[in-house]
Amino acid sequence: MDAIILQILNGLDKGSAYALIALGLTLIFGTLGVVNFAHGALFMIGAFCAVTFSKMLSFSHTIIDETQKDFLGNPLKVDVPYIHDLFGQATGNAIIDWAVPLSILFTIPVMIGIGFVMERGLIKHFYKRPHADQILVTFGLAIVLQEVIKYFYGANPIPTPAPAVFAGSFDFGAMLGFDANSIIYPYWRLVYFAFSALIIGAVFAFLQFTTFGMVVRAGMADRETVGLLGINIDKRFTIMFGIAAAVAGLAGVMYAPINSPNYHMGMDFLVLSFVVVVVGGMGSLPGAVLAGFLLGILESFASMAAVLEIIPGINQIIIYLVAIIILLTRPRGLMGRKGVMEE
Amino acid sequence: MAILEVKNVGKRFGGLQALGDVNLNIAENSCHAIIGPNGAGKSTLLNCLVGKLTPDTGSVMFDGQSVLGRKPYEINQMGISRVFQTPEIFGDLNVMENMMIPCFAKRDGAFRMHALESIGQERDIIAKAEEMLVDMKLIDKREMQASSMSRGDKRRLEIAMCLAQDPRLLLLDEPTAGMARADTNNTIDLLKQIKEERDITIAIIEHDMHVVFSLSDRITVLAQGTPLVEDTPDKIKGHPKVREAYLGEIQEAA
Amino acid sequence: MFGLNKKDTGILLVVAFLALAAPFILNPFPEGSAMAQFNAGYPDLMQRLVIFGIFAIGFNILFGLTGYLSFGHAAFLGVGSYAAIWMMKLLTMNVVPAIIVSVLFAGLFSLLVGWISLRRSGIYFSILTLAFAQMSYALAYSVLTPITGGETGLQPKYDDPRILDGTLEAGQSPRANLFGLEMNDGFELAMGNWVFTFNAGYYIAAVVMLIAFYLSIRIFRSPFGMMLRAVKSNQQRMNYTGLNTKPYTLAAFVISGMYAGLAGGLLVAMDTQVGAERMFWTASGEVVLMTILGGAGTLIGPVLGAGFIKYMENIVSKINKSVLEQWFAFMPDGIEDVMIALVYPFVGKGWHLTLGLLFMLVVIFLPGGLVEGGQRIAKMFRGKKASDDTTDASKTPAE
Repeated sequence: MDAIILQILNGLDKGSAYALIALGLTLIFGTLGVVNFAHGALFMIGAFCAVTFSKMLSFSHTIIDETQKDFLGNPLKVDVPYIHDLFGQATGNAIIDWAVPLSILFTIPVMIGIGFVMERGLIKHFYKRPHADQILVTFGLAIVLQEVIKYFYGANPIPTPAPAVFAGSFDFGAMLGFDANSIIYPYWRLVYFAFSALIIGAVFAFLQFTTFGMVVRAGMADRETVGLLGINIDKRFTIMFGIAAAVAGLAGVMYAPINSPNYHMGMDFLVLSFVVVVVGGMGSLPGAVLAGFLLGILESFASMAAVLEIIPGINQIIIYLVAIIILLTRPRGLMGRKGVMEE
Repeated sequence: MAILEVKNVGKRFGGLQALGDVNLNIAENSCHAIIGPNGAGKSTLLNCLVGKLTPDTGSVMFDGQSVLGRKPYEINQMGISRVFQTPEIFGDLNVMENMMIPCFAKRDGAFRMHALESIGQERDIIAKAEEMLVDMKLIDKREMQASSMSRGDKRRLEIAMCLAQDPRLLLLDEPTAGMARADTNNTIDLLKQIKEERDITIAIIEHDMHVVFSLSDRITVLAQGTPLVEDTPDKIKGHPKVREAYLGEIQEAA
Repeated sequence: MFGLNKKDTGILLVVAFLALAAPFILNPFPEGSAMAQFNAGYPDLMQRLVIFGIFAIGFNILFGLTGYLSFGHAAFLGVGSYAAIWMMKLLTMNVVPAIIVSVLFAGLFSLLVGWISLRRSGIYFSILTLAFAQMSYALAYSVLTPITGGETGLQPKYDDPRILDGTLEAGQSPRANLFGLEMNDGFELAMGNWVFTFNAGYYIAAVVMLIAFYLSIRIFRSPFGMMLRAVKSNQQRMNYTGLNTKPYTLAAFVISGMYAGLAGGLLVAMDTQVGAERMFWTASGEVVLMTILGGAGTLIGPVLGAGFIKYMENIVSKINKSVLEQWFAFMPDGIEDVMIALVYPFVGKGWHLTLGLLFMLVVIFLPGGLVEGGQRIAKMFRGKKASDDTTDASKTPAE
């Protein structure tokens, strides 16, 4: 029992990331009708926003500290982050410690900006082109984005720690009455799950309760009719693309402490997120979220030693296997609507 | 002798009863029109005949064999060809190639792996395709890309492609929809000619009463998913029930 | 000739000439000159040019004709490679059985993948093929390690059973051969400052490529090829013309899978080793790019595209900072530094950046690929010439 709970918990953080990326993918697909292979790159850029922001916070200048001596007896040179000058040492260190959560504020405008530029500059011209062209051009863009990141940040993963407060683990076992330490779960992963749930909730609330969201949903259902009503749907769709980019970026920022950002993490997640979208049903938002968590948890169950003993290697392929089975038995995915991408 | 027998066919989409209880016999070598207001279930009925939809109840027999549960290509190989509302042709291919494909389908069936033969060697296919193009006055355009033809020519090509298979039943789904008057008249003349020259049964769904009354031997009026009345064109014109349900539109069109 | 019309025979002869004369054509610069680094006439690169040509020719039969965009063809190439290497380990170092078996296995595997993936079309098809390829890659890396060698990959060793060949002494390395003719046999021809390398392996690969290309022309010009183009154009009409599209697309899929397997087998024949990374999905993306860059649906496009990409990859990757410094040495210091800073990200290790940009530029501006580009230029010249003629004609009466 405790092992099962542990696996469900383990699946949650990866599932959250899948769900967030898949949500953006399906939003873009549902509204703009574009298959965006560069969406994983947006997730990756989000993670590098965290890296950049914490680097920016630690920008330092060197001062000579007369009170301290190095081993030769000369005054010691000390690097002092500018942030200490601004807020004092204690607050400054706290800010640096909290760099990842704080970088959310930095990431949102950056990602929305990138989303706008991408949509206006490139994607817009591909609405009328075949899906194959959309796939190919965004595939090219994904390569370019990841190579640019690689050029500036190098090929190695960059550790980006969570605030020290979240460094420990939470003992679910003790709480639920199992043996102590039987189910331990890092705090940050809990934070990530809660954060994802919040974002997902916000996106749904936004689409459900605002006029803007209503129009977008109507547009997803029937683009032409909404266009005929004289509503400028294109402008709203641009904004939608920005939001989808921001969601992917936020998923990336908060994921940075879980998995040190590297330039190819986007591609790694993208392939799986596509599978998630397809399993959930192309163009279905609840489907994307459901399938994201489902596959995340399934993947973590498949990695259990007991399971691997019976079917070795199943953890590597379980998601693809499930996707293939689902596509063959329920071609529209778990919650797909009729008529979306049937041909 | 009925070539197509539709018995008690019903089809429901969610809460909507698209077809109630349709009974319909189409006599061999006749031209049978199915008319009715929008939403009467004409297209649903047609789709049930060609295998695009499977009816919930009832049976559809073509020449003594059931078509239900068969795929569109199998039904076509039985001898039913379909002309679409907007011409469905191979837009990327040229006119001659468009014409050759049904000839191959007629000769070789649903699939044949003739990957190392050369098209140029298929003299019988070429001859037949050319003959059809001459018949349909499309031979001048044989090298033209099909998508760049006029709408009237596309329609003509589509009908020619269907006829190249020597079908026993030709289904036409609003063949003159969206056409200018001249093109419509040309299409009527073409269909009349086909009717006279070939042993073929034609079933036509049409909005344009002019087309219906110029071509058909019998007319079925469909309303709300059930046949209201079936009779000869003359009788249909004067039928009180039809007047009530439909005539406003007839006068408008005329 | 060979049942082809004049124009196709012409294309075949051009490709045959290019392939057979490649050691000359690709080595235009004299040895030791500054431009010698752009020479591509060495066996290893030439072999890859023609082998990836085969891969792209096959991919084009599926994507170019039917429009089905597979994102998983590298899996078939990988399966072909593994099959070939096992033949070399178990049976003989002769490449003939290796290549036959690689085509066979890739064909069987593509039959399975195609049979499932082709139940869906459009984006779903692309994702299904991608899922299969990624699954194969993951398996090759982990569970199937006993068969695939996992991360280290496989290569023939002296103590492999190899029932048809005699046993080798310890330390002796097994060499791939064609009935005794070793793949790395060859000779060098020195003419003045030029050195041309003729390599047995390359010519064997080139001949196989020519046969593969010839078959693809035959397929393009066959009724079957026409049916495939019809599938791309209008599936609805196909169905209502009594044609079953499924076996047509499946046949195209398997044929292209066999071409991929052939390429995989040849890769092993030329360089007797294989690793799972050749099944990675970026490798699948690369063949898509080759086909599109050259011109999907055209005969010669994939050959050009594969040649162009592999050549560029090789040359661009070799350019490093000191080469750039050499190039821009004639400029004033400041400008030189700026130029180097601007160009440097795109060369050397930055090849993938260039590749990605190329990908985007081609899809955006030249969806028909190099072939379309060539046609446009040709048309421009012809158009100019034609207008010249008319002006001449209009002048004449005035005189």
